[in-house]
Amino acid sequence: MYATPLDLPDFDEEVVTEAHVRYLEPRGLGGRAAIITLDNGFDHTKPSSFGPGGLKNLWRALDEVEAAEDLKLIAVTGKPFIFLAGADIKLMPLLESREQGLALAQAGHAVYKRLKDSAVPTFAFVNGTALGGGFELALHCHYRTVSASAVGLGLPEVSIGLIPGWGGSQILPNLIGVEKAAQVIVGNPLNQNKMLRGTDLVPLGIADAQFEAADFLEESLEWAVKVASGELAVERAAIDRESWPQVVAGVRKLVDEKVHNASAAAVRAVDLLELARTASFEEGSLAEDEALADLEVGPQFQASIYAFNLVRALGKRPEGAPSPGLAKEIGKVGVVGAGLMAGQIALMFARRLEVPVVMTDLDEDRAQKGLAYVRAEIDKLEAKGRASKLKAAKLRSLVSASADKSVYGDCDLVIEAVFEELKVKQAVFAEVESLVPEECLLVTNTSGLSITAMASGLAHPERLVGMHFFNPVAVMPLVEVIATESTDAATLSTAYAVAKKLKKTAVGSADRPAFIVNRLLGRMLAEVTGAVDAGTPVEVADVALDELGLPMRPFALLELVGLQVSWHLCQHLNEDLGPRFPLSENLRLLAEADFPVFDAEAKGKGRLTEAAKSLVKLGDEASSAEEVKERVLRGLAEEVRFMLDEGVVPSAKQVDLAMIMGAGFPFWLGGLTPYLDREGISTAVSGRPLALGEAVDS
Amino acid sequence: MNDTIRDVVFVDGVRTPFGKAGKLFEETRADDLIIRCIRTLLRRNPGLPPERVDEVALAATTQIGDQGLTLGRTAALLAGLPRTVPGYSIDRMCAGAMTAVTNVSAAIASRQYDIAIAGGVESMSNHPMGEGVDPNPRIIAEKLVDPEALNMGNTAENLHDLFPSITKERADAYAVGTQQRYAAAVERLTEDITTMAARSDEGWTVATADELPRPGTTLEGLANLRTPFRPHGRVTAGTAAPLTDGATACLLADAETAAELGLPVAMRMVGFAFSGVDPETMGVGPIPATEKALARAGLTIDDIGLFEINEAFAVQVLAFLDHFKIADDDPRVNPWGGAIAMGHPLASSGVRLMTQLAREFAEHPEVRYGVTTMCVGLGQGGTVIWENPNFKGAK
Repeated sequence: MYATPLDLPDFDEEVVTEAHVRYLEPRGLGGRAAIITLDNGFDHTKPSSFGPGGLKNLWRALDEVEAAEDLKLIAVTGKPFIFLAGADIKLMPLLESREQGLALAQAGHAVYKRLKDSAVPTFAFVNGTALGGGFELALHCHYRTVSASAVGLGLPEVSIGLIPGWGGSQILPNLIGVEKAAQVIVGNPLNQNKMLRGTDLVPLGIADAQFEAADFLEESLEWAVKVASGELAVERAAIDRESWPQVVAGVRKLVDEKVHNASAAAVRAVDLLELARTASFEEGSLAEDEALADLEVGPQFQASIYAFNLVRALGKRPEGAPSPGLAKEIGKVGVVGAGLMAGQIALMFARRLEVPVVMTDLDEDRAQKGLAYVRAEIDKLEAKGRASKLKAAKLRSLVSASADKSVYGDCDLVIEAVFEELKVKQAVFAEVESLVPEECLLVTNTSGLSITAMASGLAHPERLVGMHFFNPVAVMPLVEVIATESTDAATLSTAYAVAKKLKKTAVGSADRPAFIVNRLLGRMLAEVTGAVDAGTPVEVADVALDELGLPMRPFALLELVGLQVSWHLCQHLNEDLGPRFPLSENLRLLAEADFPVFDAEAKGKGRLTEAAKSLVKLGDEASSAEEVKERVLRGLAEEVRFMLDEGVVPSAKQVDLAMIMGAGFPFWLGGLTPYLDREGISTAVSGRPLALGEAVDS
Repeated sequence: MNDTIRDVVFVDGVRTPFGKAGKLFEETRADDLIIRCIRTLLRRNPGLPPERVDEVALAATTQIGDQGLTLGRTAALLAGLPRTVPGYSIDRMCAGAMTAVTNVSAAIASRQYDIAIAGGVESMSNHPMGEGVDPNPRIIAEKLVDPEALNMGNTAENLHDLFPSITKERADAYAVGTQQRYAAAVERLTEDITTMAARSDEGWTVATADELPRPGTTLEGLANLRTPFRPHGRVTAGTAAPLTDGATACLLADAETAAELGLPVAMRMVGFAFSGVDPETMGVGPIPATEKALARAGLTIDDIGLFEINEAFAVQVLAFLDHFKIADDDPRVNPWGGAIAMGHPLASSGVRLMTQLAREFAEHPEVRYGVTTMCVGLGQGGTVIWENPNFKGAK
């Protein structure tokens, strides 16, 4: 489209990465070496990235070194801790047309190709983070070294709705074989966007040598000199080209099973991996350009960028949180209850806050049993190397248990994790309040009971706040933070500060039934079970949402949550929110069954046993899968509208963040509301979109 | 209890390229410089199990910032030595690394250690001389030391006053000679210079050579240089060691352990001495230190076949040579050039002298003994006498 990348239009918003060139004469090379340093002028907290300006700088640097005399080696490296974090993600939403996207894709290819086609040997010294376009730059070099301490390596494009389009999809499978390449390009991005570490690259065959960070550049150069001078021959394992088609077929099946082909990017990435077997580099590049240009202007990428920025920005600075300056110091934590959830919470607080944590239960026996569970978990952490010997010893010294609630006498925060029953919780807080200091926070981990009702009997209701953790608490990244009308700013600020220390993403919710995530999942299940009650076979209703690519089908979710808990939630929502949450007869039947409802052979898949199937009573109004999907989506759009109108959350963004972090809703839906708005469902249900065109500051 | 003294041997020594202060290594951390030296030493001596190192003694004159935090310990950890290896920091201004060597050697000789790493570093870019000093007011009130003696250039001018026969012309001629000797020996010196990454606004480079030498130096070129320490003085930038960034490190062991591990023996330590002199003429320090060391070793100056004397200033070397009646251009003295050419990163230079002497020993089997000696700010001198294991003559 343009004669050279130098003709690309610039973006004012680009933080331009420089490509500095320095020459040196290493011993043994018999000529000069050029080191190109990619550096945007900021420290490692602002990683270098490439837009048109950065690409042009590398282009000019390559012009310069190609003209240099007596050059025997070209090496590319980055500023401390960062090689290159890839194409500048901030610029992509600014691409106004498919042509613009195509031009940027082509420009990347044009620049990087020069490293691949260089007559002088080219080396990437991957000193640190190398993502996406940064990783691809390294792949174009003839040889690669990597720092053992590098973190944040890989090709995460598929996770944000793109494909590795600057050569990654074509070079990587031909370098390390399609199976490992598919893992890097498709598997890892769909697996919570798993990144590679420096020590992974040589075993994968991506880097040729690994050196320690202490003198990475010096040792890389010494190695490169040996390679360039012919003293050292680099050997790479041959790849298996025979099995290529079978591997690709397997990856296709995996993408289908995992996300039901809902991710357009994943599907395109697999197509490109297939193409890479036979395509010339030029053909492959053209296919990458086209795929990238298609995806960049497609709805999934827009939604993904929205979700990416949401997680990054709101994850760090929760909306609606009072000033962090108001937060109180937490020096000791009490946990009421010593059951499974209480033990998990106690361990999490001890690990992250590193303060004493006391658990209590009704008698010494239960308390010690709870403590034994926590200690066993600490042993596991130590055995897996996730806690050092010293850290494990510290954790053991921090967590204690007792039947005597006077241990709460010097706590700064007491959290209850007792049975989900309002009267029980009220009784707990009444007793605890009489024991704790006046400044002590009272926290409930309820998943949906009225916190206002819990506060009603307290002398100091202003210090009660909800922190709803998700099971398993150590793994799930979300916590819903719930203030009542009475909760004061210091208490709420402390809750957010604690959430941050616990490394959780906090989303604020008003004290409304089931808060955010459980309310929406509850509505989703209500529509699915409603469709079954009306006459839709389970097999049809269960796959109706497949094309959204949710992490779990509805019946798998029921299996995970548990039928009794789901039935309990269903009743609770019906009582509080009315007939939108009907009492599903089939859910009741399954929950009350005295035999296994889910097939143990297919654990986690939500497959009903034959006995359970015969229990299900179908009405005479069967729906098609398409109709069930429509029903569920309309239900969700209606529910989000109610939540916004009730003030459960101040904006749709909060819903999306909660669904991404708490329910694993995918980036390509933008969580939930961008999809509902885009498909016109929100407007069809309530006359207007859910989002008010609000942008997320990155 | 075994109370016999053991032989201490110098196994190997390395240094970074020396950079001009404010230039090559301005953006490079001092600890990174010495970490690179330690790692290079370990790589060059694969027979040494790192856990066998009993001590890491590192010197810096200004022990703050990247030269602080008990550099010997932090650099050992950062260099990747096992956590079981201890370390400490040490300071005797310019003789810091030399004192690190004599300290650990004394402990090796007396069977407290088997193997030790000693070295020094100075980033004069980031820690200029006198940074953060707080001289006691009694120094002035009681006239204990002329305050001008805190500036080394002034003490060099004082030496010219004290020894009128050492003229500016002699100093210039000496400086031209040391530049020429360096230029002739640069290939051999490079054997012990490790490469070192350096970053600047222009990106990364990997330094492979000293930045400071001026191989084309002539008498005419030196004649008209400014005398920054005194109007119409005699000391110029051409006859003084420039402000320098760099680090050194060496490996010392007792002779038996070296043999057990198959480590090379480059030099055997004979003895050492430190001596105090007037701070105002600190440059004469090497004279009494050398006399003291020779006397204790039962040697005379005539037994010494090679001298590595630190060239803080040409005048101070000439004062030493005059005292011992050695010619200005005696080929035994700094045969591969000295600090005037390659630079003097204060606390690191002591080990640089030793590393150079070790290489020269290998080329001179007719020489049995050599000295490394240097002057020290506030009026001190330090000398270490070494024996050449390659000596082929009659003992």
